[in-house]
Amino acid sequence: MNRPASLFRATGKQRREILLPLLVGMLLLTGWHAAVRMSGSDIFPTPLEVLHGLVELAQRGLLLKYIVASLFRVSWGFSLAVVIGVPLGLVLGWFRPAFAALNPFIQILRPISPIAWIPVAILWFGVKDTAPIFLIFLASVFPIAVSSMSAVQNMQQVYLRAAQNFGLRGLPLFRRVILPAALPQIITGIRIALGVAWLVVVAAEMIAVNSGLGYLIIDARNAGKRYDLVVAGMVMIGFIGLILDLLVRRLEKFDEVRWGYGQR
Amino acid sequence: MDNVNPLIDVRDVWMSFAGKDPGQPVHVLEHVSFDVRAGEFVCIVGPSGCGKSTMLNILGGFLKETRGTVRVEGAPVAGPDPGRIFVFQENGVFPWLTVEENIGFGLLQRPHAERAERVQHYLQLVGLSGFGRSYPRELSGGMRQRVEIARALAAEARVLYMDEPFGALDFLTRLKMRSDLVRIWQAEHKTVLFVTHDIEEAVQLADRVLVMSRRPATVQAEVVIDLPRPRDLDSPGYLERRDRIFSLMGMDAHGGGELR
Ligand SMILES: Nc1ncnc2c1ncn2[C@@H]1O[C@H](COP(=O)(O)OP(=O)(O)O)[C@@H](O)[C@H]1O
Ligand SMILES: [Mg+2]
Repeated sequence: MNRPASLFRATGKQRREILLPLLVGMLLLTGWHAAVRMSGSDIFPTPLEVLHGLVELAQRGLLLKYIVASLFRVSWGFSLAVVIGVPLGLVLGWFRPAFAALNPFIQILRPISPIAWIPVAILWFGVKDTAPIFLIFLASVFPIAVSSMSAVQNMQQVYLRAAQNFGLRGLPLFRRVILPAALPQIITGIRIALGVAWLVVVAAEMIAVNSGLGYLIIDARNAGKRYDLVVAGMVMIGFIGLILDLLVRRLEKFDEVRWGYGQR
Repeated sequence: MDNVNPLIDVRDVWMSFAGKDPGQPVHVLEHVSFDVRAGEFVCIVGPSGCGKSTMLNILGGFLKETRGTVRVEGAPVAGPDPGRIFVFQENGVFPWLTVEENIGFGLLQRPHAERAERVQHYLQLVGLSGFGRSYPRELSGGMRQRVEIARALAAEARVLYMDEPFGALDFLTRLKMRSDLVRIWQAEHKTVLFVTHDIEEAVQLADRVLVMSRRPATVQAEVVIDLPRPRDLDSPGYLERRDRIFSLMGMDAHGGGELR
């Protein structure tokens, strides 16, 4: 009698996790549909029209092309930010003089929205891929550098002392203790940065280039008020953002870093 | 073993920290002198905040005394030393390494086979066989302290500095850890300097108990515990020494007095 009972409970939990969001989704879609119908708007699309828009984009080969274009820019800008931001943050966290010298400027540059950099990026790089890549880099390098920096600064002193006790100094100390001790927080920074990067690529593509999901939205609006395509672009941005976040979250599951995320 | 020269020699050590107000240093240690012979198990007890950890950190090479001389193994302490390993109260086991990797941490220069063998030996000695591949987060607090002790022993530390290593453990685990530590100490012939604020713990473990006074602290008394091991906690000899230390610290054994 026990097994069926626990089985039932397990499916009950699964059911909650799948059925509840599904139910809310249906309600939202129905509400959306009803609202468009009742307002009598012939510009704002119903969910079904958005779906048709997506199919149309896919058939014209634009959907995949734009997704790839956006992901390409994010990959470049974001990878550059990781490659530069992590070492920079580690150095700033470890060497006090470097921190004293550079931190004020990081803190001044950090609050400047990447959007505010768009004119500068166009001036420097023109309307090419480099402009959005630069913007993505700029937007994601600060969260990565700052989280790497504070990861080192807030590292538990006991690990450092234990390492020194075993005679570790210099590079081995860094590689065997400081880096692994900082890694969970670095990954958290990377996750935040990827979210920001995805926000920024869309914004950058609205101005600086002529491909990508951001471009799709602006183009669909300008060329004939195709709001079904505008919303289709928005939906794709949302889903891809979700997938990106799920991918980075997998990094947090590795045994080497799981200790850093509390009991989950 | 019975060296003429003590292994640890602390002579008239003073220690002050810069306080909150400039020009108002906090005097923590004054006139601290004691020594420890090779192979001895010495406990330091004293009210909390009196400077026990400070003294141990000076010996470990993590802090520099303000005045006085601190010699270990015949030379002034110049910094942390792989031959003298600190066991931290807050547990210094690396959470990103498995139990085995932690125990082998100080052995990376050794050939692989020798390392593996030593790791297995100490894994067994501290009673953690079968947990080698586990991560520290999967272990209890007591098991993590065992890993840290094994890591120190595996690295061939001659001296163990232990700063309230069992302070965070529950009562039964603490009892078990004490008897295991004595067994390991007897098997491995290490010199142990063990800080605790728990007088019973000190009397159960030590050859000698150093009693520190309130801050600014000095060693106010030394109590020799010349009782055979394993110790009978109801024997008159045990109770007499325990009560002597309690009264030295201004308390009676039933919790009266004014500690802290
Ligand atoms: N780095 C420090 N700076 C200033 N005061 C300190 C520092 N470390 C310890 N102290 C002070 O020294 C005293 C002794 O501390 P500690 O050695 O940790 O005591 P115990 O281990 O005996 O409980 C405490 O009053 C503490 O506040
Ligand atoms: Mg202490």
